[in-house]
Amino acid sequence: MELFQYPYMQRALIAALVIGLAAPALGIYLVQRRLALIGDGIGHVALTGVGAGLLLNRSPVLVAVIVATVGAIAIELVRSRGRTSGDLALALLFYGGIAGGVLLVGLSDATSANLNAYLFGSLTTIFPADLITIGVLGTAIVVAMIALRPALFAISHDEEYARVSGLPVRTLNLLIAVTTAVTVTIAMRAVGVLLISALMVVPVATAQQVTRGFRSTMTAAMALGFFAAGSGVWVAATADTAPGASVVLLAIASFLVVAVAGGVWRTLRRRATPAAAPTPEPHEVVLGSS
Amino acid sequence: MTTPVITVQHGTVGYDGRPVLRDISFTVSAGEVVALLGANGSGKSTLIRAVLGLVPLNAGSITLFDRPLRRFRQWERIGYVPQRLGAGGGVPATVREVVASGRLARRGVLRPPGRADRAAVDAALRAVGLADRATDPVATLSGGQQQRTLIARALAGQPELLVLDEPTAGVDAASQEAFAGALRDFVAGGGTVLLVAHELGPLRPVITRSVVVHQGGICHDGAVPDPAGHHAEPDHDHVHPHGPDEPAGLWSN
Repeated sequence: MELFQYPYMQRALIAALVIGLAAPALGIYLVQRRLALIGDGIGHVALTGVGAGLLLNRSPVLVAVIVATVGAIAIELVRSRGRTSGDLALALLFYGGIAGGVLLVGLSDATSANLNAYLFGSLTTIFPADLITIGVLGTAIVVAMIALRPALFAISHDEEYARVSGLPVRTLNLLIAVTTAVTVTIAMRAVGVLLISALMVVPVATAQQVTRGFRSTMTAAMALGFFAAGSGVWVAATADTAPGASVVLLAIASFLVVAVAGGVWRTLRRRATPAAAPTPEPHEVVLGSS
Repeated sequence: MTTPVITVQHGTVGYDGRPVLRDISFTVSAGEVVALLGANGSGKSTLIRAVLGLVPLNAGSITLFDRPLRRFRQWERIGYVPQRLGAGGGVPATVREVVASGRLARRGVLRPPGRADRAAVDAALRAVGLADRATDPVATLSGGQQQRTLIARALAGQPELLVLDEPTAGVDAASQEAFAGALRDFVAGGGTVLLVAHELGPLRPVITRSVVVHQGGICHDGAVPDPAGHHAEPDHDHVHPHGPDEPAGLWSN
């Protein structure tokens, strides 16, 4: 525990907790729109920004925010106007982004250790200025995702209905695209671009196994993300493991625990009440009767 | 003098250069309950999607409440009931959460729900007979109950015009009756209705006019025609799958 006396460990813990809250708050909308992997795609684009930042000797995180935002907006515009299908657009993002990143990092005089810090995260090298960026942007993401929940729920659930309701669907879609880019880039230092999607998606997948509503799923997913981030950093500090990977593995472990426990609970409940035969719904269609 | 609510003049719609609707003109006036009838692929669903601005017109014009569709902004006056609830990515949502989306047109994006919003959602849930299922996940409801959820969502916005796309296709008899009752109450309160249907069933007494769409044009506009052939048999139920009109996009369901 005394490791957390060091300021760099405190910064690591705070950054991880902020990201643990923010990533699932956005991720629930991505999961609802079947975009669970978009964070990964935008992470790859962000890597091009990291490469450009290293090459130009500018803050890689800042350049990555800009490049990832531009990439996310471009994809949203292509999607809403053009005919490029979702998976092709994702493929372009994945391979274009990672190839651009590797190429630019290679051109700069950065080492592969630099690249690894962004690919897999490097929580213990977060500076006070980074922490302020993560804190401010992370808080903004959480506030926006909660305050706009009714509207974002509506467009994620049924975009056409949202349009007929007069909601600013295009603006809200762009907001989600930009928020995804910002979340990916602030989380890049913590868990790395290759693992950030896990923190957006896995807590939501865990929560929705036991919840009944959208709001309760969001609350539970944020709590799970917070817990995974906090305990992941603690495990990493105690057992000297990679922090990003520890956080993600803990999130996946809680998914498995909930999945197994849920299955056992449902089986026990079924055995406990054998007399209660399920009441069938009324037939929707009666075929062949007269 | 009746007030026109929907006016379509010489409307033409096509997908990829293939015409779906040709030179369609019709009007729905306040207080009318108009059924759009026609075979699969006749273009009746496309027609209501064009009326709602979801499909662009290639030619012609549409006005809603005396305002050109392009400049129409009073969406709280319209309640839309799509054919079915999209499955989405599987994040659960309660019946109440889905119905509460119907208040957004009135409330806007930024204002949090107030007492009037909650009261309207309660009233809409009661109107379709789902008050006792409010906290259940919609995915656990039957097809008919999901359809009633969508109708409650439209009613929650307290619209003047209801636009429904096949509200009774593949819906159980209890839900059809609940739906017909909700529609009667809505019309009794002065509402206007445009609905797409294969056959009318328990809705028939409520319908004041029918428009039959055939091969992209209107071939009948007037009294409700009698069902013919096997459609006339009392137990005939017309059920068929509906495919999506457009490929799923990256940021949409």
